[in-house]
Amino acid sequence: MALAIELSGITKRFPGVIANDNVNLAVEKGEIHAICGENGAGKSTLMKILYGMQPADEGVMRVGGEEVAFSSPSEAIDAGIGMVHQHFMLAGHLTVLENVILGAEPVKSGDRIDFAEAKTHLAEVGEAYGLTIDPDDLVDSLEVGERQRVEIIKVLYRGAQILILDEPTAVLVPHEVDELFRNMRELKASGATILFIDHKLEEVLEIADTITVLRQGRTVTTVKPEDVSIGDLAELMVGSELPTPETTESTVTSDLALEIDGLTILDEDDRPSVDDVSIRIHRGEVVGVAGVEGNGQTELVNAILGTQHATAGSITLLGEDITHSSVRHRRESGVGYVPQDRHHEGLLLSAPLWENAALGHQTKAPFANGPWFDRDASRARTEEIRETFDVRTPDIDVAAHALSGGNQQKLIIGREMAAEPEVLLAAHPTRGIDVGAQAAVWDQIRQARAAGMATLLISADLDELIGLSDTIVVMYKGQLVATVDPAEITPRDLGSYMTGALQQDNEAGTSGEGASS
Amino acid sequence: MTDSRGRRLLMAAAAPVGAVLFSVLASALILMIAGSNPITAYGDMLKHASKLEVQVSMLNRATPLYISGVAAAIGFKMNLFNIGVEGQYRMAAIFAAYVGGAIALPGILHILLILMVAMIVGSVWAGIAGILYTQRGVNEVIATIMLNGIALGLIAWLVRRWQAPGEIAVVGVGTEPIESSGIIPDLNFLPELIRDLRATEELTGVLLVAIVVGIVYHVLLNRTTFGFDLRASGLNPLAARAGGVPPKRMVLIAMLMSGAVGGLVGMAEIMDKGRYNPNFVGFLGFNGIAVALLGRNHPGGIAIGALLWAFLDASSDILQTTQTAPKEIVDIMRGVILLTVVIGYEVVRRIRERDEAARAAARLAEVSS
Repeated sequence: MALAIELSGITKRFPGVIANDNVNLAVEKGEIHAICGENGAGKSTLMKILYGMQPADEGVMRVGGEEVAFSSPSEAIDAGIGMVHQHFMLAGHLTVLENVILGAEPVKSGDRIDFAEAKTHLAEVGEAYGLTIDPDDLVDSLEVGERQRVEIIKVLYRGAQILILDEPTAVLVPHEVDELFRNMRELKASGATILFIDHKLEEVLEIADTITVLRQGRTVTTVKPEDVSIGDLAELMVGSELPTPETTESTVTSDLALEIDGLTILDEDDRPSVDDVSIRIHRGEVVGVAGVEGNGQTELVNAILGTQHATAGSITLLGEDITHSSVRHRRESGVGYVPQDRHHEGLLLSAPLWENAALGHQTKAPFANGPWFDRDASRARTEEIRETFDVRTPDIDVAAHALSGGNQQKLIIGREMAAEPEVLLAAHPTRGIDVGAQAAVWDQIRQARAAGMATLLISADLDELIGLSDTIVVMYKGQLVATVDPAEITPRDLGSYMTGALQQDNEAGTSGEGASS
Repeated sequence: MTDSRGRRLLMAAAAPVGAVLFSVLASALILMIAGSNPITAYGDMLKHASKLEVQVSMLNRATPLYISGVAAAIGFKMNLFNIGVEGQYRMAAIFAAYVGGAIALPGILHILLILMVAMIVGSVWAGIAGILYTQRGVNEVIATIMLNGIALGLIAWLVRRWQAPGEIAVVGVGTEPIESSGIIPDLNFLPELIRDLRATEELTGVLLVAIVVGIVYHVLLNRTTFGFDLRASGLNPLAARAGGVPPKRMVLIAMLMSGAVGGLVGMAEIMDKGRYNPNFVGFLGFNGIAVALLGRNHPGGIAIGALLWAFLDASSDILQTTQTAPKEIVDIMRGVILLTVVIGYEVVRRIRERDEAARAAARLAEVSS
């Protein structure tokens, strides 16, 4: 029997980074196939290629045995592939039925929408795949899990036989996850093939028939869930070889730079996204935060930066309580920030580089001179950053969007480091940049650390965490579940802490003291 | 000047120049279809505009348009669509005229008082929309549109309440006339450097106010940290916030500033007539949006846009007199220019992005090889 999907030798390069490097994937008809890997492992790029959103540079795709090359999602849809995005694309004030047929409306004479026909077809689809939903409900009135079901039905309505689900459980609460899995099993029983992306390993083991693991753009292996444990999967995801921790001298001092005490942040539904977290970072210390994305790291960083309110607890910067200070005050007091998404929070994409180099520091020297913005100083600083951090650009007047991702990242790192922060909040500082640039960024952080900078490092790259950190804390479901010494931890154990498979006894978890204590 | 800067400037000019040329051609076609001779019509327009008196009149028309364009541009820079300049300048004008008519101060103080009242009233009226936006999340477009309606109603009531005392037949309809100390003197000496003006046209002194507004706008936007904050918030609110810019406060300040400038739009008319009366000039707020769009929110660009609009206004007058073409052709030209320039800017933006990316990529290859 022909495979539902067969990818061989798929390669996709972006300037400065290879997102997919000779990826192979074989998905059988009627199975639930999980793709796992860390952030940046190339899962999303692969799915985008498969769904026709981006062309592959090399490699062959076969769907149902036939070679295909999609240049747009509509061609993928015609070939029977449907994608459910992580962020729903629904019109809230329309009904379920209207949403489902949007863009694929059946028409009767006189160009009118044939709602009766649509309803019949929708009922057939629901029947065939065991998905029930009231077609006349307003989407606004639905729960998150139900909206996701609408998205799935939307795809099935268009005749998809192969479904791609992009991190479908990320937005769901546990009972909704159970419901989703029940639906997925029914879909499978009705003959659909499901490809789903996830990095929650328990879930993967529960639902998948086959698991393909990606790491750094390559396929590591394909396994059956009954043959592996969570620990095995974690190791496959992060790499089995033990990274050699850098044997740099400790520069940790006894001066506290940043003290986070009992920090709790409640989300919109009053669920804690950060739960009673305490961390101390001394001058000259790097504290790494390990954790699977979505376990509270982003909220933690936001609260320290001041873009998100702390519900309880306190944040002290160099002896000053900044729990309720403005972002500007914190930045002026020496908080540097490397955001996890450079396009979102890091850059003014259509502004020239020399303006971007001032962002976040515009009220301080050399950029500010009283109320005046010093353009010449800003240009000079930008040239400096360009030189020191090897930002490859024709000149500093090009807009930031013209640079490749790696060079944009170098500009951001350069901007923050040049400001000589007291505390650096670095979220995935080397994501998406090439190896050479990565080493340069690490060197910069080490140098600044030696000069007394305190760093909170969030990273999905365990090599980076282990190599740079003086202390590693692990976040899981908003809590600090472990504090470990990077010199002694193995990636496998770290992976187990990160996925909640392993728990440290409570004391170490809640105190979260630095290595020097 | 670096290479990229030069290219940017060149490309920035390409769209508006192209739009004007295209509109000239498109309008010529329409004129021919309508049975007029486009060459005669355009000839009449240009000949008319070459007269000194007409040029003075064009500057007079461009002055409030320019101020209105800057008011709209301040909002645009923040991604705020302040449609309310229309209401803001009318409210500001009637209050300023009333206060100016009721109080007489010596010399420049009287003028400054009138301008201050106009700016304060304009910013208060815009500030209502700003507070609704920041405190209640009310969309500023909706809020300012509604405030325009409220302003018109309020003014209709105020204009009767503040009617100058005395026989209407004698004093005329409108607020108490402002004493001469409150009127900005005309700038007739400027055109008279060339030759004496033949008609009764006077070059408005508010032109100076417009020039000051333009300079302050430029300096504030490009040379202060506040301007940096403002532009950053407009370009990427999330990045600006992470960079320490308080988003809500910026919205409020931008609305207040936009309103304060908007308040000055009616000053040319107030200084000309010396009072507010019910047939006060309208639509300057909406035309200001068009002018800001045309000038890409750039202080110089807005000036060119305002002059172009004023030229078309003047042309409309002459076509009516000479009958060489229907005067409505002017409105068609405006519409075509606006539509084309919007498309043109987008096309240019895409070309520029591709050009810059290509050059950055070339640089990447060159360095690594």
